[in-house]
Amino acid sequence: MLDTPIHLEYTFTPGIAQSRFLRGLAEGRFVGQRCPVCGKVYIPSRGSCPVDGVPTGEDVALSDTGIVTTYCVVNVPFAGQAIEIPYIAAQVLLDGANISFMGLIQGIPATDVRMGMRVQAVWVEPDELGPTLASVKYFTPTGEPDAPYETFEEYL
Amino acid sequence: MAEGDVLIATHVLDYPYSRSVGPVIGAFLTGLRDGRIVGARTPSGGVVVPPTEYDPQTGEDVGEIVEVGPAGTVESWAWVTTPGPKQPLDHPFAYALIRLDGATTSMLHVVDTGSPDALATGARVAPRWKPAADRIGHVLDIEAFVLEGGTGGAGTGGAGTGGAGTGGAGTGSTTGGAS
Repeated sequence: MLDTPIHLEYTFTPGIAQSRFLRGLAEGRFVGQRCPVCGKVYIPSRGSCPVDGVPTGEDVALSDTGIVTTYCVVNVPFAGQAIEIPYIAAQVLLDGANISFMGLIQGIPATDVRMGMRVQAVWVEPDELGPTLASVKYFTPTGEPDAPYETFEEYL
Repeated sequence: MAEGDVLIATHVLDYPYSRSVGPVIGAFLTGLRDGRIVGARTPSGGVVVPPTEYDPQTGEDVGEIVEVGPAGTVESWAWVTTPGPKQPLDHPFAYALIRLDGATTSMLHVVDTGSPDALATGARVAPRWKPAADRIGHVLDIEAFVLEGGTGGAGTGGAGTGGAGTGGAGTGSTTGGAS
């Protein structure tokens, strides 16, 4: 047997646009960016519009409410799992955004999650906020009526 | 945007791999630990060092394990003028293809001559072993090859200028079967 440990140490920078997104999280809010050509709002923004190829310079503060577009109920344990199963990994489309991102859904039995369900972010305590997605503990249902499928079908 | 507005973080990935090296490379590494260099005799008549499990010419299983060297001949080399932190020596050295006596293939290893002026293709070199207690069955149980019969001192002489060396060709890859 031979020990062949591999140690990779990276200096990572998310760049200007995602730094704004992460600093927004440290303030307990979602910051996206709008494309000046097509008007779509991306979150987290990569700094340019993938459709029009132009910089997305305009920051847009988004609501911390949105809908579940699609989801996965995780029942399989794996190494490094931090959350008790079953849990729900969902794509959340924030109100005012034109792209979804992944979030955890809590506060509802896994069997009751629905596409189109209205949810709201639950943030960590103010003194625990930081420039990380861990600032969002999870999303939880608001109890509002579900969004009709036609309103989010293009985001699936 | 001011530079200070862009976030920077350190991200570390560690993979604590342990691998089985098998009977042939295992014999090579065990030999190194014991201060011997071994190769494998192939059905096509060669002696492969470091040994592979299969004849590189035919793909057949290799035969007996045989001792080679420990001295050999430099077939080709590249001088490393400014070694990086993970390279095997902390002063300028050569990576060389060395055909050990009795082998039909050449092995990549380190040659420590202090200066490229002291090294030439065709030079005779011999291993400078780590102390037996420090050897673990790794290709760097041989610290470096040095000129046969010479002092081959670590750190003797400066980086050397000119000469035949193709400076800075070091790749940082490790050598032989232990990588």
